[in-house]
Amino acid sequence: MGYQGHFRVWRGSDQGGGLEDFTVEVNEGEVVLDVIHRLQATQTPDLAVRWNCKAGKCGSCSAEINGKPRLLCMTRMSVFAEDETVTVTPMRTFPVIRDLVTDVSYNYRKAREIPSFKPPAGVAPGEYRMQQVDVERSQEFRKCIECFLCNNTCHVIRDHEENKESFAGPRFLMRVAELEMHPLDEADRVAQAQSSHGLGLCNITKCCSDVCPEHIKITDNALIPMKERVADQRYDPIVWLGNKLFRRS
Amino acid sequence: MPELERHSFDVLVIGAGGAGLRAAIEAREHGMRTAVLCKSLFGKAHTVMAEGGIAAAMGNVNSNDSWQVHFRDTMRGGKFLNNWRMAELHAREAPDRVWELETYGALFDRTKDGRISQRNFGGHEYPRLAHVGDRTGLELIRSLQQKVVSLQQDDFAETGDYESRLKVFQEFTVTDLVLDDGRVAGAFGYWRESGRFVLFEAPAVVLATGGIGKSFKVTSNSWEYTGDGHALALRAGASLINMEFVQFHPTGMVWPPSVKGILVTESVRGDGGVLRNSDGKRFMFDYIPEVFKDKYADNEAEADRWYADPEHNRRPPELLPRDEVARAINSEVKAGRGSEHGGVFLDVSTRLPAEEITRRLPSMHHQFKELADVDITAQPMEVGPTCHYVMGGVQVDPDTGASSVPGLFAAGEVSGGMHGSNRLGGNSLSDLLVFGRRAGAGASGYVSELSARPVCSSEAVAEAERVAVAPFSGSDEGGENPYTLHMELQQAMNDLVGIIRKAEEMDQAIKRLDELKRRAATLVVEGHRQFNPGWHLALDLRNMLVVSECVAKAALMRTESRGGHTRDDYPQMEADWRRKLLVCRLPGADGPGASVEVVEEPQIPIRSDLLELFEHAELQKYLTADELEG
Ligand SMILES: Cc1cc2nc3c(=O)[nH]c(=O)nc-3n(C[C@H](O)[C@H](O)[C@H](O)COP(=O)(O)OP(=O)(O)OC[C@H]3O[C@@H](n4cnc5c(N)ncnc54)[C@H](O)[C@@H]3O)c2cc1C
Ligand code: SF4
Ligand code: SF4
Ligand code: FES
Repeated sequence: MGYQGHFRVWRGSDQGGGLEDFTVEVNEGEVVLDVIHRLQATQTPDLAVRWNCKAGKCGSCSAEINGKPRLLCMTRMSVFAEDETVTVTPMRTFPVIRDLVTDVSYNYRKAREIPSFKPPAGVAPGEYRMQQVDVERSQEFRKCIECFLCNNTCHVIRDHEENKESFAGPRFLMRVAELEMHPLDEADRVAQAQSSHGLGLCNITKCCSDVCPEHIKITDNALIPMKERVADQRYDPIVWLGNKLFRRS
Repeated sequence: MPELERHSFDVLVIGAGGAGLRAAIEAREHGMRTAVLCKSLFGKAHTVMAEGGIAAAMGNVNSNDSWQVHFRDTMRGGKFLNNWRMAELHAREAPDRVWELETYGALFDRTKDGRISQRNFGGHEYPRLAHVGDRTGLELIRSLQQKVVSLQQDDFAETGDYESRLKVFQEFTVTDLVLDDGRVAGAFGYWRESGRFVLFEAPAVVLATGGIGKSFKVTSNSWEYTGDGHALALRAGASLINMEFVQFHPTGMVWPPSVKGILVTESVRGDGGVLRNSDGKRFMFDYIPEVFKDKYADNEAEADRWYADPEHNRRPPELLPRDEVARAINSEVKAGRGSEHGGVFLDVSTRLPAEEITRRLPSMHHQFKELADVDITAQPMEVGPTCHYVMGGVQVDPDTGASSVPGLFAAGEVSGGMHGSNRLGGNSLSDLLVFGRRAGAGASGYVSELSARPVCSSEAVAEAERVAVAPFSGSDEGGENPYTLHMELQQAMNDLVGIIRKAEEMDQAIKRLDELKRRAATLVVEGHRQFNPGWHLALDLRNMLVVSECVAKAALMRTESRGGHTRDDYPQMEADWRRKLLVCRLPGADGPGASVEVVEEPQIPIRSDLLELFEHAELQKYLTADELEG
């Protein structure tokens, strides 16, 4: 059942590094993370990799496999031919710390720039009432496990370090959309999405949605509707204000 | 050696799961300068994996529910060994803690009238678990994480610094607590990334480090669960209780081998899934224990009617407390009626329409499809018991979370008492919030009453540093590999102190642990201190070994079967044992040869008004004759 697989793993630090070749046992039913763990246990005890749940729930183990952004724990070895070389590299958009571990602090900085949920004034805890259909839109975005693969993929920052300052990335533009669509949130978020979080830089290529392990339709359900709201608001702010105030009644 | 990095805070919270974050929010709201330390990235603690839901008697689905009913269920689930005061506070306060999450932005699934929906779960009399599909833990942790960010934004508006009052130090491991004359003075540890050492000076520490499952081979727990908080508490002089009680969740994945142990949420059964053996028989009807006979259906027809009409039918036995179901599965497999890969079948495909399954159990559907090539809308799952949760932990004051060491507090899975001998599903997430908040308040109260701050002596810090670098200087020849030692430990615990226990095996386990401890003194790791998993594991092993020793020694002493502790040689539950707590301590904590000591201590009698919530006949099953008279 088991076979000897060929792996090329990027090893190094912020000072530089390169791909190293390994031959390592692969068994039935394994995922790439299992093989990385076997490397740690048998050949490279100091190979750095992040992981936690091993079930696609925590979003720790993001990397690029044969150039594709993926979760190491949800990529089964059976998708590769036995004689195929599997190349594992760290996410490219974020600075390398060591081996497969990158510095994802950009994402935590951006999270802080999004104004938080603004609870409805005068509604006591326990008195919140919302219909399932109304929460479902935001619930889709709250499935996000913060693997940051979408931010890693988005060309706005992947190839343009200079855009990181002004662009929140799909993950956090989606967070703005989530709060905007929250039935009880009281903040106005549309103008800021454009002016502070860089919504205008997104040209809806959908690459982010393609890599999302949670299959969230980031572009179709979050980014495009936000863009539409921006357009509406610019076109006729009074109508927009009315919609916003009375949309729940 | 570069100079030691130092920070000073009022309250230090170790752990960023549900308990730690809730404690930190509370301490910050009490005006304490608060730090949260965690081993993985912010938002990825173990809590993120919780699936089924959070238990709180809100009565949204069945208005007969109340805190009293929840209290009763919790005590029954724990076989009356629970600290009754904790169970009381938990049942009373859980609804407020869940509603509070909505003010942080949480979006639970809704009932038709727009309230938080609640689902059925094992051991809970009414539908009680607030949930979001089967990713409730993610919602809980994300809501708390976002509340932390929101407080940081407030602080930024006021002080120009996001982190002026509440700061998260992620990918940081605490290796030792620092004491000053028996009181907490701070904590010592290393950045996982750089291996650099840091001293945090703080008069109060809240332990919220979660569980110990990584000492077992088949487990639903991640690498974080190495019992660090349990061990830190022991070494600081605090005591642990109930360590013999380890919960094996009945349904972990069994195939393929690389995912063995990964959890299959109990909601599968709560939503109608049934267990069958290889003969196709729904075997749980054969395993209803005497104490539960009046609550669980003894035939399929009644069990099936219960989903639609819970008022007039008894519950399906698939929803018995976890210890019962885990033992039943174990027996079926042992009797040769297991599935191909040594489990049994859990089937929801013949019970619900496919769309309903993907809507209610999306992440289970995803998990099986991606990891096992099984479509749960069309095929049964293969499942078997997996080590899931430790009921035992730091002995605390129920109201404040204070341990016996001044300045040391604990909340969440690392604390003990709340769940007695067995935890009900959903009662952990609520526990985290109720007691996380209380420990945060308790620590704040303690700090505000201090007249002088304790000091971290340079000797204590030097010693902590010496211990942390020891694995690099181990002698090369004959030095032990941490991965090998870890595998041996897991195998020993699984085989000898696992789901069914007997004296000879536990004796053997204790000897094996002794030997492993000796070998651990010669651990050697390669490479440097920067992000070095081999070194991290070497340091974690110190904790896993001492915690495993607690489990094995306490389990050997308790000569009865109760909840998460099942003995082949003492299969009965004994009312006398209900009155006894087994308390673990580590005398001579700093010495290399220190060994865990377990002593019997009396359990505090249950307050009379709480006892009156039960029928006399039920109490007779658990309490001794003189307790019933008294
Ligand atoms: C798969 C799964 C599903 C579950 N489903 C449910 C459910 O549906 N309902 C329910 O009620 N319960 C459930 N549970 C149980 C519940 O999730 C846990 O008991 C609970 O999340 C524990 O939370 P905690 O806050 O105590 O610790 P955790 O969330 O585990 O957090 C521990 C924290 O401590 C940190 N830490 C540990 N050691 C150190 C150290 N040395 N230095 C610094 N930081 C440290 C970790 O990094 C982490 O941040 C489930 C558990 C699992 C594994
Ligand atoms: S759709 Fe927008 S956010 Fe997504 S990858 Fe394309 S440009 Fe980036
Ligand atoms: S939206 Fe999807 S890809 Fe982006 S961080 Fe969340 S889970 Fe990952
Ligand atoms: S380890 Fe959690 S998503 Fe891969």
